[in-house]
Amino acid sequence: MIAFLLIALGTLGTAAVALSLRNLIHSALLLIASWAGIAAFYLWAGAEFVAFAQVLVYVGAVSMVVLFAVLLTRRSREDLAIARESIGRAIGALIVGGAVLGVLALAVISTPLATAPEASPPAATVHTLGLQLMGPHAAALLIVGLLLTVALLGAIVIASTDTPEKTKNTT
Amino acid sequence: MTVHFPIVAASVSEWIARPFLPLVTAVPDSQLSALNAQLPPTLSFSLSTAAPSRADALLERFPLVLRDLLTGWLPEPLRWLLNSLLAIVAILAIFGLLFAFLTLAERKILGRIQNRPGPNRTPLPFTKLRFFGLAQPFADGVKALTKEDVIPLGADRVLHYLAPVALLAFSILTFAVIPFGRNLVPLELDAAVLYFFAAGAATELAVFMAGWASRNKYSLLAAMRALAQLISYELPLLLSFVPVILIAGSLSTTAIVAHQGGWHWGFIPNWHVLTPWGFAGFVIFMVAALAESNRSPFDLPEAESELIAGHLTEYSGFKYALFFMAEYFGMCALSGMAVTLFLGGWQAPLPFLEIIPSFVWFGLKLITLLLGFIWIRATFPRLRIDQLTRFAWKFLVPLALINLANTAVWSLTSGWTGPLQLLRWALSIAIVVVPFVLLGRKLSAGVAPRTYRYA
Amino acid sequence: MLGSGLLQGLAVTAKNLVGSFHDPARFTTIEYPEVKPALPEAYRNFPFLITENATDPMGTLRCVACQICEKECPPQCIYIEKSKDKKPDAAGKLQIYPAVFAIDTSVCMSCQICVEVCPFDAIKMDQVFEIATTERFNALLLNREELAKPNDYYHRIHPTEAAEVDARLAADRKAAEEKAKAAAAAKAAAPKPPGAAAAPARSSSNSTAEPKPAAATPAPAPAAGSTPQSAAVAPATNPKLPAAPSAEAPKPPAAA
Repeated sequence: MIAFLLIALGTLGTAAVALSLRNLIHSALLLIASWAGIAAFYLWAGAEFVAFAQVLVYVGAVSMVVLFAVLLTRRSREDLAIARESIGRAIGALIVGGAVLGVLALAVISTPLATAPEASPPAATVHTLGLQLMGPHAAALLIVGLLLTVALLGAIVIASTDTPEKTKNTT
Repeated sequence: MTVHFPIVAASVSEWIARPFLPLVTAVPDSQLSALNAQLPPTLSFSLSTAAPSRADALLERFPLVLRDLLTGWLPEPLRWLLNSLLAIVAILAIFGLLFAFLTLAERKILGRIQNRPGPNRTPLPFTKLRFFGLAQPFADGVKALTKEDVIPLGADRVLHYLAPVALLAFSILTFAVIPFGRNLVPLELDAAVLYFFAAGAATELAVFMAGWASRNKYSLLAAMRALAQLISYELPLLLSFVPVILIAGSLSTTAIVAHQGGWHWGFIPNWHVLTPWGFAGFVIFMVAALAESNRSPFDLPEAESELIAGHLTEYSGFKYALFFMAEYFGMCALSGMAVTLFLGGWQAPLPFLEIIPSFVWFGLKLITLLLGFIWIRATFPRLRIDQLTRFAWKFLVPLALINLANTAVWSLTSGWTGPLQLLRWALSIAIVVVPFVLLGRKLSAGVAPRTYRYA
Repeated sequence: MLGSGLLQGLAVTAKNLVGSFHDPARFTTIEYPEVKPALPEAYRNFPFLITENATDPMGTLRCVACQICEKECPPQCIYIEKSKDKKPDAAGKLQIYPAVFAIDTSVCMSCQICVEVCPFDAIKMDQVFEIATTERFNALLLNREELAKPNDYYHRIHPTEAAEVDARLAADRKAAEEKAKAAAAAKAAAPKPPGAAAAPARSSSNSTAEPKPAAATPAPAPAAGSTPQSAAVAPATNPKLPAAPSAEAPKPPAAA
């Protein structure tokens, strides 16, 4: 339980500091630390595979994309100066944040949670996870894979706007 | 668990998913013998049955006996803690020394390849005995320790300090799951391979931190390059070892090594590299590993002819040495993983050579791969960043995907016997070689072959 | 096929690696402090002063302190003080000698101009390159004791050039003796006291006409045929000027 509290504190703490910092790179790095905290939580919960997948995908890959985006888009230090004291902005943030909180709270409340932990839940090893994913949930896996492929193709189509004719015209 | 499938499956989705079943299933070490009994006799891969007898040999057990002598008298929780600490100390000591002498070997071999002797005159301390410059790494260490540590005024001090530490930490983490010998695995994990690459992927983050925190244009360029390189080469690296998991049926490194035990016809080892898909996977893995460890010809982040020293530009003294150590540790870890996944891990190449203990075999294979890294560094010029990314996305990734399909075919045809075996091999080789030739021709159209008239 | 070039490259480096162990033609490194490099004969670095006799270096310096090199030296690294008295040189003739002769090797650029202007073959280029010292100023300022090296040494480092110089000097000396003999014979024949040749030479310059009457007579041994002519001209004026008739002289006549 202490471990869980520490992990939760670390995850939330880094996330909160990431929000409050004005330095985008520091924020991004702290966000990565927060993701690592989530991975630690999975590990604590016994979901080894998911934890390592979380590290591999988020700490390894998504973080790169985030950092790349930050490096490529920030033009100068003046861009960092975002107007803080905007009332409209604050109201918007409160509304959106409140809505998300409400949805999450509703979802948590409406879920029947076992008050007393049952006699130790079955350990989800990689073996059982694989069997589950490939057996009963194979269709879902395939659909997710298909969706991601479509998204990737779409991204390529959007990104590759310069056709050979266009480059000829510009050069 | 069996790899022998009926061609007609009950439902379509199940049939499609079946070749990938072993991908996510784990086999604990203790169940290996049971698994061996379950395997159909028609499989060309069979687990080593000689393993139990060899495992009792004194040399084989020597490290464990030594450890138990040291910690055997302690009560249980303390003993576990001390055993873990001992494993850590052993890894740090052995790979620290390997790092030290690898730097020397690299400099000497590079020198010999360029027809000069390399460092050869550092004497042993307080003597005049040179021993081919064997003391050179220690002299380098003393030099690095005594140098001034300079932090640029504009640098981000915290990140600048954290980067080498994080890099080294992530590099050392990867050693935890490599089976160094028959009984020598520091940490048994169900998802060991995944753990390895998760820890390895984080190293590039440290390179980025170093590059960004230095507040130096060269360092920042190096950081950008490191990111681009990682994004490009993570994919082929991961795809190249998926076939191994598909065939071995486990993410656990011990199970993968155990699966490569035994000999075909008594003398051909069942290593993955000796199959068409395994060879292709091994080559793709090694190319991607070169890029992952920022080694020449993919050493763009620290391209010294363009970027001073890349992300290392603003580092000096011991932090610089830490970066170097991390680079070599990463190289060692990736080579160790390649040995584990493709070269049979600690398995001996021939039955009668099993007299030599397993960790010696692992070390020999590891050093061979490391020398290969050095040889490649001495030979190839550096790629441009566009060549680097194009090579990854247009060549390695498609090839790795094709190789995955190839492995599925290999797995599905595992029941073929007699002359059909030949057909199976021909089919598998064709699936690898034909796309390789076609892709190569398409990519090098208009570029190669070049003629160098003045070279 | 893609990759064949890579394999070729690997083969090249592998050949180099193996070849460096057994092929001396590939592995040419000389391990310097233990094994000294074989310097080419024409290699030159810093001047030194030639003495005729190693046992008495200061007594037999060829240098007569004419100070031409001091004036010609582009970086002005030579410093010479003439002696007040005269000492007999190798040929037994009384000469002025350098009381102080110093070269600042921290300034010297080894241009060899001092050697080319010296009419007496007294300064030549050395082959030393290990003159590093732990002292910044005085240790790099070489005085005449440190600069003086015997003629044997010169023969050792530049054999061809030294042989030429020696042959030329011997020829000059012989010519001078013959001329002296001729002068003596002439004096004996016609008892008119002042010799036509020797006297003006001594008065025109303090340097000697006798041991080196013509600094730039046609170089080595075959010069014997031309000696009477040059000997006739040489004593009349400054030793450098008569160089004009000898076209193939190794040393260009420097402007005074």
